[in-house]
Amino acid sequence: MTKKNIKVALAGNPNSGKSTLFNALTGLNQSVGNYPGITVDKKLGNCTLDRSTKAQIIDLPGAYSLYSKSLDEKVTQQILCNKENKDYPDVIVIVADSSNLRKSLLFLSQIIDLKREVILALNMLDVSRNMGIVIDILQLADQLGINVVEINARKRTGIKELKDAILSVSFPKKEILDIKEIFPDIIDRANIIRENNNNYASFLSLCRHYIDNNSASKIKLEVLIKDEQFIPSRSQAKETVRRYKRIDKILHQCIGENKALIKRNFTKKIDDLLLHPILGYTCFLLVLFLIFQAIFSWSQLPMEWIDSGFSSFSSWVANTMNPGVLNDLVVNGILAGLGGIIIFIPQIAFLFAFIAFLEDTGYMARVSFIMDKILRGVGLNGRSIIPLLSGAACAVPAIMSARTISSSKERLITIFVVPLMSCSARLPVYTLIISMMIPETASWGPFNTQGLVMMGFYLLGFIAALTTAFVMKFIVKSRERGFYVMEMPSYKIPDYKTVLYTIIEKVKVFLFDAGKVIIAISIILWFLSSYAPSGKFEQIEQDYATVENSEIIIPSKKLEVSYAGIIGKTIEPVIKPLGFDWRIGISLITSFAAREVFVGTMSTIYSVGGTDNYYIKNKLKSAKNLDTGKPFFTTAVGVSLMLFYAFAMQCMTTIAVVFRETKGWKWPLIQLFYMTGLAYISSFIAYNLLS
Amino acid sequence: MKRLSELQVGEKAFVESIQDEFVEQQLLEMGVTPGQLIELERKSPFSDPIAVVVSNLLISIRLSDADNIIVKTQND
Repeated sequence: MTKKNIKVALAGNPNSGKSTLFNALTGLNQSVGNYPGITVDKKLGNCTLDRSTKAQIIDLPGAYSLYSKSLDEKVTQQILCNKENKDYPDVIVIVADSSNLRKSLLFLSQIIDLKREVILALNMLDVSRNMGIVIDILQLADQLGINVVEINARKRTGIKELKDAILSVSFPKKEILDIKEIFPDIIDRANIIRENNNNYASFLSLCRHYIDNNSASKIKLEVLIKDEQFIPSRSQAKETVRRYKRIDKILHQCIGENKALIKRNFTKKIDDLLLHPILGYTCFLLVLFLIFQAIFSWSQLPMEWIDSGFSSFSSWVANTMNPGVLNDLVVNGILAGLGGIIIFIPQIAFLFAFIAFLEDTGYMARVSFIMDKILRGVGLNGRSIIPLLSGAACAVPAIMSARTISSSKERLITIFVVPLMSCSARLPVYTLIISMMIPETASWGPFNTQGLVMMGFYLLGFIAALTTAFVMKFIVKSRERGFYVMEMPSYKIPDYKTVLYTIIEKVKVFLFDAGKVIIAISIILWFLSSYAPSGKFEQIEQDYATVENSEIIIPSKKLEVSYAGIIGKTIEPVIKPLGFDWRIGISLITSFAAREVFVGTMSTIYSVGGTDNYYIKNKLKSAKNLDTGKPFFTTAVGVSLMLFYAFAMQCMTTIAVVFRETKGWKWPLIQLFYMTGLAYISSFIAYNLLS
Repeated sequence: MKRLSELQVGEKAFVESIQDEFVEQQLLEMGVTPGQLIELERKSPFSDPIAVVVSNLLISIRLSDADNIIVKTQND
């Protein structure tokens, strides 16, 4: 028997526990995609309602009302209102935080007045009870004319009752606000134009939140708006105020508040500490320290496992497949590229675990609160702190996390400067060069010099990001005013499953989005470095066949004559002023896909067996300048190289993500030129000063 | 009558009107409607933004936006 399949949408205010309910309903049976043309995440999942009915659940972006002000809210509004939208749900579940019921009812009452099949899921009743708020659920259901279900998304209670309510849903029995009473004449006329007598839908259309795709009626509505001198924003405000008056009346009959008990004391006490002028920043620094510790130390071990696991897998594939071009392509092209991506999974998982945890506890909003003034000075927003810090792990998810910034100017500047933060892919490059130039035992006071230099480069990235933002502040023009009104939710213990699902989701997005680009580039780079104009490779194999260590020297010589080598030599005149030769030129090209490829290419080019840092380090140390015969890696070359990697946009994936997030090639290209220019100039200055 | 930005920490007042259309809709939707009791709970370390409580909800808002919110204190 085929089951009936219905569409259910979860909607509600931010922080209402919507995502937790989504996880409770669907478990791991969920996927994240994109809405066509825009970059809002689309979360879909499946669950079984009863023996004959399945439901496709869609978790809509949080919203305060049907009036969309951001892209996220626009998606929510379109799906809920537009019958022609392919995600138009059969049933809507509004999830509400019981301790803030008033605010949730605004959105809910709009849905009721649209006459949609809707259910109210009252979440976190335990919290509101502790606060002294008593809700008469039966009375509330009666007043609203819809089914109200008590749930606890974290404890997974009330889920069965919610499913039953979804199955037996009916149209709302009442109208909450009679919009025609406020705007009598114009609503009637809009109804005629729309050939529909849904008053509230007509009102939304008049406010230019078009809910049908009919362009002929759109034009007529515009004429009507002009004729009647109807001002959408004023009318919306008027409606909102009137709606709240109705809601307050309803709540008065359903809520008994024990005023003596109402307190936000717990949250207020924690805020006294976390928002304190001195202790607040100290706590924030400690949290940062913990995140860095996780990204750099805790993730080392799992990264080593992945590395060794993946290399045994690669060699297994290399030995199992028939030798030949295909084998080489799979092992040195595709698998090598893939290995470069999955190695970052532990770091990304840790970063998003922290972000999800901090977001879920309510701390992230506080960080924005104490950082806003400081970041505003350089053209950023309190919310920019999240992408900026995430940028220290990887610019790709960091740029994606800038979506929470509502001002488009501040969001654009954030996206622009995030890649300047030293991401984890720069780490292998820094590690290699630092370990080559500075002895491990060197110290400066009680500090290890290697560590200090490393920290210096991280600091440099941060300063470059802030300075760039400051300059951008005066360059980027914006029609809209930057604004910042944000809810600071009460503190709560995060739901571990929600944190877990966030990690899984982000890792998936990273693997697939970044993966596609990196594999494509890896194949191109493999081709460039595996092929040469005809006859060259054969020549080398003949010439060096009898030389000692031929198995190490031949690949190096082959790379030199390959297409990649030819390009490296072509760009040599350009990079010579920075102290680089064609060998580094090849590495710059191959590492354009991802910075960490630099180490692998250097090891091939300087004919080192194995990619162990220890061997590479010693080989590079003994490398000679091809013109003078003196050691090639002087301090000047080392610093110049590190500066180049600190600033240059050596990351295809970042370019791809910026393209996607800014919807065009303008900004990624400006970014590419700016960062490469900055890298070139600073390397040039450093090299000439030091040599 | 005062501006929200002029309240002292711990001071309570009633929302009178919001003079900036841009901020108005956002605040109205969060439940900051005329007649509501609003309390300035604290200021951030650099005195901007500020955190206010309205019907059990803690909201952070920049001083420049708080300038556009007119409130009536108990003395008025």
